[in-house]
Amino acid sequence: MADLYSKKVMDHFRNPKNHGEIKDADATGTVGNAVCGDLMTIYLKIKNDTIIDIKFLTFGCAAAIATSSMITELAKGKTLDEALKITRKDVADELDGLPPIKMHCSNLAADALHEAIKNYRKKKTKK
Amino acid sequence: MKTIYLDHAATTPVDPQVIETMIPYFSTYFGNASSLHSYGRDAYDALEESRKQVAELIKARKQEIIFTAGGTESDNIAIKGVAYQNKQKRQTKGPHIITSTIEHAAVLEVCKHLQTQGYKIEYLPVDTEGIVNTTELENTISKDTFLITIMTANNEIGTIQPIEKIGRIAHDHDVLFHTDAVQAIGKMNLDMAKNKVDLLSISSHKIYGPKGVGALYIREGVRIEPLIHGGGHERGLRSSTENIPGITGLGKACELAAQRMEKDTIYLKKLRDQLIKGLLEIEESFLNGHPTKRLVNNAHFRFTGIEGESLVLGLNDKGVAAATGSACSSKKLQSSHVLTAIGIDPIHAHGSLRLTLGRENTADEIAYVIKVLPEIVDHLRTMSPLWNR
Repeated sequence: MADLYSKKVMDHFRNPKNHGEIKDADATGTVGNAVCGDLMTIYLKIKNDTIIDIKFLTFGCAAAIATSSMITELAKGKTLDEALKITRKDVADELDGLPPIKMHCSNLAADALHEAIKNYRKKKTKK
Repeated sequence: MKTIYLDHAATTPVDPQVIETMIPYFSTYFGNASSLHSYGRDAYDALEESRKQVAELIKARKQEIIFTAGGTESDNIAIKGVAYQNKQKRQTKGPHIITSTIEHAAVLEVCKHLQTQGYKIEYLPVDTEGIVNTTELENTISKDTFLITIMTANNEIGTIQPIEKIGRIAHDHDVLFHTDAVQAIGKMNLDMAKNKVDLLSISSHKIYGPKGVGALYIREGVRIEPLIHGGGHERGLRSSTENIPGITGLGKACELAAQRMEKDTIYLKKLRDQLIKGLLEIEESFLNGHPTKRLVNNAHFRFTGIEGESLVLGLNDKGVAAATGSACSSKKLQSSHVLTAIGIDPIHAHGSLRLTLGRENTADEIAYVIKVLPEIVDHLRTMSPLWNR
């Protein structure tokens, strides 16, 4: 059967990694807009400036779910500076590409991760 | 894996009897219906026999049917054809054409185009179940109105419009009435002898016929300007050598639809109601459209907290072919204009699913869908930030 997406996208859609909430997260980042059909929240547990745990909740199409799942794998264990270097393109490349129409709307995972890190740093400077 | 096709509003498989009817017209009786020799006569006879079959399905006269290349073309010929016939009216003030907000793109985009040509179009709203208010329709008609175009049944949510009443109103005000019946054909009785319909669009591939062919019913006496000029085929209204294999396929599909309609509608309605009852058991699930004034094969749902494309791909993994009720249908990303028109907010519209049944579906297949769909919904909800745990 022909698929709209790459095999990797479908794998992550079918068996997403690290989905769910982290109740005592050190930071969260939410991007997207449910009205447009994609909304994503990333939860981070951080120790010594390193991401020790990461989870996501996503409302959206298969591409949105797969990019969320992929970013959690890419970011886990990375320092915050390293994680900030992960781009939208990296996520899409790791998934063997996304259909052009999905590159913008559903490829929000890197943004959500960066948002979470920004929120974490903001919180820390306030303390 | 066994697959279950539940997307008959998108297209249907060609019936084996239809294929059998078509085959001789590719290379045995391949003549041009305009030719005088026997090859031409054979093609001509097939063309006219098909015209009769289409006419009989909607109780029209044979000479009131022209063949086209599909439903979209039929809509274009009908609406633009009538508009161009009434060009002088562009100078007048009132609404020239009245349509609804939930029409198929083949009607809405034609209307939008005509607006750029100076025509005034009024888009009537619908109620929360998708039905046009006929009182409002009547109040909207002005002396400048020359056409009402409102679909017989909606392609997304399956709502059936009161076309008998709309036809009467149009007739009383001396306005022409066109209806896109692409989804309704073969699923409900459409009687041109009784109804005041002036133009009606038909597509072949929605009724187990081949793609690329359609028909337009034009009531005797209704004048339209042709869009395609050439050799004067189809009474000069649609030039181009007739697609005889396609047309014989459409003719046969119409004949079969007429024969099977009664049995089919009872059967489909039973399956549809089984499906609706089963899926509404899911927490926070809703039926879109009208509970009873809906096509016998249409079930359209929304599920809180999830997105339609994920649902369709999840179903595809289980061997079930369905359609998103809306949105991310890979080409368009906005939520559906139909769901917006019936007052569903975009977030919920994104969680919609359309299941449209056909005569080859079985009660066991429906039972299977009722079993697997809740698992997919649950799985997607565990990932959703919009689902209240």
